Amino acid sequence: MVTENEILVRVENLKKYFPITRGIIFQKHIGDIRAVDGVSFFIRRNETLGLVGESGCGKTTTGRTILQLYRPTAGKVYFEGKDLTTMKGEELRRMRRKMQMIFQDPYASLNPRMTVGDIVGEPLEVHNVAKGKEKQERVRELLQLVGLNPYFINRYPHEFSGGQRQRIGVARALALNPSFIVCDEPVSSVDVSIQAQIVNLLEDLQEKFGMAYLFIAHDLAMVRHISDRVAVMYLGKIVELTDRDELYHHPLHPYTQALLSAVPIPDPVVEEKRKRIILKGDVPSPANPPSGCNFHTRCPVAMDICKEVEPEFREVGSEHWVACHRV
Amino acid sequence: MSALLEVKGLKTRFYTQDGVVHAVNGISYTLDEGETLGIVGESGCGKSVSVLSLLRLIPEPPGKIVGGEALFEGRDLLKMDPEELRHVRGRKIAMVFQDPMTSLNPVLTIGQQVGEALELHLGMSKREARKRTIELLEMVGIPEAAERVDDYPHQFSGGMRQRVMIAMALSCNPMILIADEPTTALDVTIQAQIIDLVKRLQDEIGMAVIWITHDLGVVAGLVEKVIVMYAGHIVERASVKDLYHDPRHPYTIGLLGSVPRLDEKRKRRLFSMKGLPPDLINLPPCCPFAPRCDYAIDRCLKEMPPLEPVAPGHEIACWVDVKSSKSASPQVSE
Repeated sequence: MVTENEILVRVENLKKYFPITRGIIFQKHIGDIRAVDGVSFFIRRNETLGLVGESGCGKTTTGRTILQLYRPTAGKVYFEGKDLTTMKGEELRRMRRKMQMIFQDPYASLNPRMTVGDIVGEPLEVHNVAKGKEKQERVRELLQLVGLNPYFINRYPHEFSGGQRQRIGVARALALNPSFIVCDEPVSSVDVSIQAQIVNLLEDLQEKFGMAYLFIAHDLAMVRHISDRVAVMYLGKIVELTDRDELYHHPLHPYTQALLSAVPIPDPVVEEKRKRIILKGDVPSPANPPSGCNFHTRCPVAMDICKEVEPEFREVGSEHWVACHRV
Repeated sequence: MSALLEVKGLKTRFYTQDGVVHAVNGISYTLDEGETLGIVGESGCGKSVSVLSLLRLIPEPPGKIVGGEALFEGRDLLKMDPEELRHVRGRKIAMVFQDPMTSLNPVLTIGQQVGEALELHLGMSKREARKRTIELLEMVGIPEAAERVDDYPHQFSGGMRQRVMIAMALSCNPMILIADEPTTALDVTIQAQIIDLVKRLQDEIGMAVIWITHDLGVVAGLVEKVIVMYAGHIVERASVKDLYHDPRHPYTIGLLGSVPRLDEKRKRRLFSMKGLPPDLINLPPCCPFAPRCDYAIDRCLKEMPPLEPVAPGHEIACWVDVKSSKSASPQVSE
């Protein structure tokens, strides 16, 4: 049972297209890259929704469009009941205190010419939350929270390892006490042992401060580990959305089934017995998606209708949504 | 029957402005005909450098292979003269590299690149090489191979480019295929295709494979024997079943505990190893993992343990017996 005040973020039919143009002086709009092509879901307070899919499926663009880092082509994003898509200027800025992002690349997401203290303290300055000594105190607190020595407050990003830089990114995201954080592939660029450290940190912070996460990643094992519910994306659309156990035990969409079967499990006895569903071919271009169901060109069980009619994304079980004609 | 490849005490260093990087610090292993060996470890452990050293693909300077032997068919690869080595590289021992985007020459067609090895090593004419190239591209699953043979690398997707690399590597029917993180840059469904392809081809051709990766999941379903590396040392060597079900080195145990399993039944906290990998320039003479190790005793911080058997076919480089140690250990099996 979902009560309205539990839902923090609601996304309705969100689309983000990037125009393709030809010509240098007179740019002719010849098509669109349909990065996000009509996605709908909600995220509750304190919940972690995992968004998983392979490269080019639109998951990063979805995360950025929700936070209005890209303005949507169509659709709505409601945060605490208010429509973000129509907000701008000061009103949107004030909402940004409550929603933050952790980026994938710990080398590109920190300004190399700012000290760690400046980077983590910037949100506090920009939003007039704290200045001077009070700000320094808060920055030290944040660094400690993420497991970094506050002594390093005057060092520059290049003096830290990838995992430490990712922690700086987390500290920056926490500075304003947000209720929602989009974690965009936060552990993809670091080693296995550091991944565990960062994921444990994110879980601890969530428990301590009560935040909702949209956890975007391509590693399904990691996504399943940290999330309460998981959405699977393919070529700009969500093909299946349900809780983490249901997804593993009763995947309904053929793409989800193939994805699950492709993820290696670190256990040779289990691996020996597994049957892999090997998909044919490559992912089609988002500039020219297939007709009907966009997965039909690679689907091992596609029917005639799949080539012509786009399947509806509908609820088929308790909070289990899927877009497939076979279901 | 002697092994196909015998590596003994391999040591490689890089002489840089900041100091000497001890990348590979005396590793030894054997590879039998048709065997599949996995080398696992995180970045900086020396896994890639060790295989590049075998084929002498380390740029000198700043790198230098400072010790050891690599016996292939009775001859030491590290001491062969360059002319002899040229006949081994690409012909008897082939390699597939990690990043298919940068490993292919962007200004030559796929046909020219795959054909090059055939012309050089097997003495084929351009026509014969082209015909064989198309066959190879079909074998690795490139659709419309006869047309695509004249395409350039940028016209292929990542997964397709990696297949081309595999075609190139297999073109001369090598005895050993070394695959250095070949699927790391690829999506998981494409990874599954490539792994499936390599397994199938290995069955057909009967070659030995060395598969290097940091992904403990990939190795579990692919290899027979595993070597775990840390700071240029081998810390554990075992059959794949023993490694996953009975790991004995604290680093291996920690690594296995850090990895989330797709099939985990309930939410468990990932084991997180404290600290960071060591600085390879200032490597202490003791066990390189000791500062991060939950089981470490005094001796670990003073002396480097040798690689020794703890069970048939299972060796570790460790002073401690984790099974009888009372320290806190992460739960590895479900």
